[in-house]
Amino acid sequence: MAFYRPARWQRPLALGLFAALVALPFVLEAFDQSFYIGFATRLLIFALAASSLNLVLGFGGMVSLGHAAFFGIGAYVAAICQQAGINEALFAFPAAMAVAGLFALAVGAVSLRTRSVYFIMITLAFAQMVYYLFISARAWGGDDGLPLAGRMTLAGFSLAGDRPLFFASLTALTVAMLLFGRLAQARFGRTLQAIRENETRMEALGYPVFRYRLVAFALGGAVAGLAGALLANLTGLASPNLLQWMQSGTLLVMVIIGGVGSLWGGVVGAAVLLGLEEALAGLTEHWHIVLGLLLLGVVLFAPRGVASLFGRRDG
Amino acid sequence: MADALLDVRGLSRRFAAVDALKAVDFSVVAGEVHALIGPNGAGKTTFIHHVSGALRPESGSVHFAGQDVTGLSMHERVRAGMARSYQITNVFPSLCARDNVALAVQGRADTGSSFRFWRPVAAETALFAEAESWLAQVGLADKADAVAGSLSHGEQRALELAMALATKPQLLLLDEPMAGTGPEESARMVELIENLARHVTILLVEHDMEAVFRLADRISVLVNGRMICTGTPDEVRSDPGVRRAYLGDHL
Repeated sequence: MAFYRPARWQRPLALGLFAALVALPFVLEAFDQSFYIGFATRLLIFALAASSLNLVLGFGGMVSLGHAAFFGIGAYVAAICQQAGINEALFAFPAAMAVAGLFALAVGAVSLRTRSVYFIMITLAFAQMVYYLFISARAWGGDDGLPLAGRMTLAGFSLAGDRPLFFASLTALTVAMLLFGRLAQARFGRTLQAIRENETRMEALGYPVFRYRLVAFALGGAVAGLAGALLANLTGLASPNLLQWMQSGTLLVMVIIGGVGSLWGGVVGAAVLLGLEEALAGLTEHWHIVLGLLLLGVVLFAPRGVASLFGRRDG
Repeated sequence: MADALLDVRGLSRRFAAVDALKAVDFSVVAGEVHALIGPNGAGKTTFIHHVSGALRPESGSVHFAGQDVTGLSMHERVRAGMARSYQITNVFPSLCARDNVALAVQGRADTGSSFRFWRPVAAETALFAEAESWLAQVGLADKADAVAGSLSHGEQRALELAMALATKPQLLLLDEPMAGTGPEESARMVELIENLARHVTILLVEHDMEAVFRLADRISVLVNGRMICTGTPDEVRSDPGVRRAYLGDHL
């Protein structure tokens, strides 16, 4: 794959989408459909989590099956902060990012010494270790997870209600996408993509490949941690299910459906998957069959994901 | 050797039951073109891997520019001034020629850190200007925009060379630069290497004997993991051990 370069239509489309999302809660309220604000918030949060995996998988070429660990840790850090009497998101969210990011740094430092299927297995193993740690931790709710007493405050303003958390999530996703978009075109992103294409050649050009991969892996973990902290606020629960390998798989499917290595892959994938679930789950409990067919279709007919169908990516 | 740029001492390596390299002593003097030849399976590529840092020796040492680099990884050796081209063409096929070389320029310590997350590389005109000057040096000035995968085999070999040069090495390891090229392209490559040899020390592994004897100041012969002979082209040509190893070959 060539280096990422933004298509010409990308900026106007992104701005349009952003404007539409800013207006969305007000429109939904006007039509008495404020239930969907919660759904949209969930979608934004999963778009953030999937995009963080896309950095690792799509741009870094690291097939991690343990990304849910960082997502779940973020949720638990938020809940634990609140349990400890810290209800301010300006502290709890960065703390979630820091803990998830540092844990990713440690996991990466070990896992990135392996390749291919061994890397998949070792990231999975780390994530499952975290999962079992949390379900056996009584102080943090064990199997039941750790509930939040209510939503946190952000700079003193409560995140309670539909709108505040929606806008907090929208801000987080916007900033992350802006960062990822810049990063992909900056030295770091080009280095990362070139490593994905040919790691040995990059070593032979003098690049400390391991270090670049590790930084990307940790950055992805930190952003997933932020998504987790937001989700804990949305659902009011830091659940061990968030840490499970099923969750890692879901994020992976989102990225693959959306488009591995295309900037919007995580966002599109989260929208398609959660949209499908929302639309079909009410009709049939076998909606996973449709999902399976969709995944099959994407892999066979649009291996670069749904995002690649919207106009050719130049470069 | 006191003034050796590259000095390999007692390098040994076993693969399973096979002694791939047996106590190899070898040195390259600054400024020379030193060719390494040997029959197929003699261990030439294994040897190059040990010099470049892709493989670690079981025993022995590698000194480069007065520094013990035996324990250094490949990228650290590149940063120390040792670049290599590959036997099998190893460029980024989906990137244009300019981007390929720009990556090599960007990888150098003196062009700044690559842990930069915000400023687009496209704005770094110096990077691309330098890349183009390297392309010009290997005769690819008009191919800068061409996707590397679409270049001819010979052009890809030249691109590979430009990438190695762009790391500004003191020592260039060329692993069979003529491999798979036609006679015309070979001639051009020989000319190119002759020009480069004025600026950089070269360790050349090559099967094309005509090219070797034309380019090399000194030649070392590796047979079955042993360095059996080192000397000027004339000395090597008349060495009985080399003649025996190459029996039937047109030495």
